[in-house]
Order: sequence, then structure tokens, then C-alpha cells
Amino acid sequence: MEIKKTSLNKLHQSNNAKFVEFAGYEMPIQYSKGIIEEHKFTRSHSGIFDVSHMGQLFIYGDENLTEELEKIFPLDLKNLKQNCSKYSFLMNEEAGIYDDLIITKIEEGYLIILNAACKDKDFEILSNLLGSKFKMNLDNNRSLIAIQGPKSVEILNSIINGVDQLNFMTGNWFDSDNQKLFITRSGYTGEDGFEISISNDKAENFVENLIEKGAQLIGLGARDTLRLEAGLCLYGHELDINKTPVEANLRWAISKSRLSNGGFIGSKKIMNQMQDGASQIRVGIKPEGRLIAREKTKIFDDTDTQIGEITSGTFGPSVNGPIAMGYVNKDFSKVDTKILLEVRGKKHPANVCTLPFYKKNYVKGVN
Amino acid sequence: MSEVKFSKEHEWITLEGDVATIGITKHATEMLGDIVFAELPEKGSNVEKDGTAGVVESTKAASDVYTPVSGEVVDTNQAIVDDPSKINEDPEGSAWFFKLKMKDQSEMDSLMNKEEYDKFTKESAS
Repeated sequence: MEIKKTSLNKLHQSNNAKFVEFAGYEMPIQYSKGIIEEHKFTRSHSGIFDVSHMGQLFIYGDENLTEELEKIFPLDLKNLKQNCSKYSFLMNEEAGIYDDLIITKIEEGYLIILNAACKDKDFEILSNLLGSKFKMNLDNNRSLIAIQGPKSVEILNSIINGVDQLNFMTGNWFDSDNQKLFITRSGYTGEDGFEISISNDKAENFVENLIEKGAQLIGLGARDTLRLEAGLCLYGHELDINKTPVEANLRWAISKSRLSNGGFIGSKKIMNQMQDGASQIRVGIKPEGRLIAREKTKIFDDTDTQIGEITSGTFGPSVNGPIAMGYVNKDFSKVDTKILLEVRGKKHPANVCTLPFYKKNYVKGVN
Repeated sequence: MSEVKFSKEHEWITLEGDVATIGITKHATEMLGDIVFAELPEKGSNVEKDGTAGVVESTKAASDVYTPVSGEVVDTNQAIVDDPSKINEDPEGSAWFFKLKMKDQSEMDSLMNKEEYDKFTKESAS
């Protein structure tokens, strides 16, 4: 299959991107400054991320659609206000996760942002579940651009006046350059920022404009270290079809009002696990010293029994040390539990710790 | 000090008496990206030509460091263990990895000189 390119591919090239294939797309892993500089620039200034490979699924409909979607997602969508976003999951009957996503209620229905590697399958699953009652559009004509970091609000607002009025996890349509952009105040770096849905033919120009105002392009490499420092899950690593939201320590994302009556796919399993607890759970892990424990590193207790596995591990540039997330047997999930990580045949000490590794406050209310 | 020689695994080596100093090349650091972890062989241990003698990790991945010659490890550079970013800053100078007491100096003969190494990296890049 031919590798797919986003509308910003040429711009990446002219900014000396190193490319990797990611979910069938040619994506920038880093630019000339490298991952650590890009990471730090995002934390201190403003980073631009091309996330156009992600799926933008528009589903059009009224309260009937809301009712149907509540049978799928563990969310109180009836009480979700227009232009408000929620983090959620598409699950199977066993509460195994097909994908994690952001769903926003818009005037016309819903906009769901899906992972690149999952979007086509998600579309198929949702089409089968919803039947032909609602018009669905996995929109390939729109790019998705994230701008993240403390200076982002000022930079974006200088181009699109009014975005500074958005609260965290809300969005709206904005007019710019004779077209409608859908902008949400959100992101996946632990920083204040925005995600902008824009038509492909306007994307390059828009990003050049952001660069002119002082933001810089950031690759997927830094996106990974940023999200890991922020304690955020990445599908295919922390989340997959064999993990449930309870095991992934994401019960906060399940609406409380939906837990008493269930009625969504996977609700039985979720309710059982909420009551009895899950046997394995996602935790933050900090290796002692500078050792990096990568994905698939085995976790042991002091009696040489394997108690879990690392799902993501790297060096955290802002933490200035190694960080990891992984799943451990629930008896070892308490903060400060001593564990051992097997790297290159030797066991190294580490501690279970709280997430995130790096904390900055999102802008919650500006009004 | 002898002329700097290079291996296909992107190590550099110089010889002073029978003690060789070994590190990784600038080209290697450029391929690896930001180095955030380094592990060196133990002082007093013996390493064999083309065997592993350490590890470097970038933000992206771990890579083995090989030794281009055999010998006994007589010194290691703790400064790059404490601050691995030094490897990116000065790979072919202050950020050497370890020093070996060589057994057989003829092992140097099969290594590349600067000109040959530059040609080798150009060819393997294309």
C-alpha cells in the first residue's frame, strides 16, 4: 500500500523533518533541533503538531443520535452541553478498548477524533452499530493541527480572535480566511493548547502563519515524551483490545450517572470491575537512576515473580530523568511500591508513582 | 598519539602506547539523536573485538556499543554516565567511552582511517 501523506508533508520536508511511517502515514518524528529541544520548546513556548493522520468523524443527527450513542459510549451525552468535549472509548462487550477518542457535541451532531491506526475500523464498527439512520463522514478533506504550550493562546488568538474565550475541553466554529474552522481547547501534551480542524487546502498557509508568530513545528517523538510526562495513554501501548478502562485507571472518564443503569457496550464488565477491582492496573513507574525501561520490559517483585510489564518508557526531558507507565498486579499498584525492572538481563530498582510526572494547570475557566 | 581509526559500527579509536581510547563517532550521534543514557563496561573486565561493551539510549531507542579491538578495560568515562548529553556535544573529544589495554595491536590494521570512514558513511547513507 502506498504511504499516505498529510497536507503539511511539503512543509515538514522544507523544515528538515526526519520522517517515519506511522499508521500508514509518512509523519515527522523530529525536525533538526531534535526531540529534547522540541519538547522543551513546547513546554516553554508553543509547539505545532500535525495530527492530520487522526480521524475526524462527523456524525449528523439530533436527540435520536444522542440516544443511540449512549448505547455505545459510557457517557452522559444527554446532559453534555453543545460544544463540550469528553474523553471516551469505543469498546467491545468485554469492555476491551477498540480505540480511545474525544467526542464533542456540535450543533449538527457529534465530532469524534479517532486514532489514525484505528479510524477505519472504528468507522466500520460505528456504521454497523448505528445502521444507516445517521449520516457519517470520516472527513479526509480536513487537516488537524494541534498548537500546544503556554504561548499558544496568544499566538492563535492573534490570528483567530476569540479563541482565548474557549474553556478547556470546549470548542466552537470560527471563521477565518473565508472558511469555517472547528477549534477545541484541548491537546495531549499536558499543556494549554488547541486543536484546529481546517480544510486541507488552507492548512499549510495557516501553519506558516503560526510559525511566523513564533510557534515551531514539533515531531511525533516529542509528542510521545510530552504525553508520557503528562501521564496520558497512547493506543497500542497503554490501551488495546485486551485492556479495559478500569484496568487502564481511566474510571474518571466513565460518567457516574451511566454506572448505575449501564446500557452501554461493555457496561457489565465495567460495573463488575468497578465493584471487585481489576486484577491488573496501569501505574506510573520511575526507575531509580538514569536507566530507561522501554515497552515490554518485564516487572518483578523481590521474590523474582513477574508482576507486570512496561507499556511505554522513555527519558522525560522536563522531568530530567527516566519515566514509564505499565501494568502491574493490583497488589503492587500502591504509590511508592518497590518493583524491579528487567533490562538487558539485569534487574533494576524502580518505584510505583503518581501520574502525571509533569503537572501544569490547564486553563479551566477564563470567563 | 596514533592516527584516529574507525569501525563499521561507528566507533572511533586512538592508541597511546598500548592503551586505546574508544568512543562513538559524530555520525553515530547524529543518527541516534539526543542521547539520554550511557552504560559502560566495568573496569578490570575483558572485552573481545566486535563484542558489546556498553549501551547508549536516545529518546527513541537503545543501541549497543561495540569495541573495535580486544583488551582489558583500564578506565571508563564517568562524566558521560552522569551527563549523557555530553556525548552529543563532543563525541570525538571529551566524551570518550572507555580505555583498553590492548593485547594485539595488529587489530588496529583492519580499521578504517578518516577518509575511508567518511566514504563508508556516505555509501551506507545512500
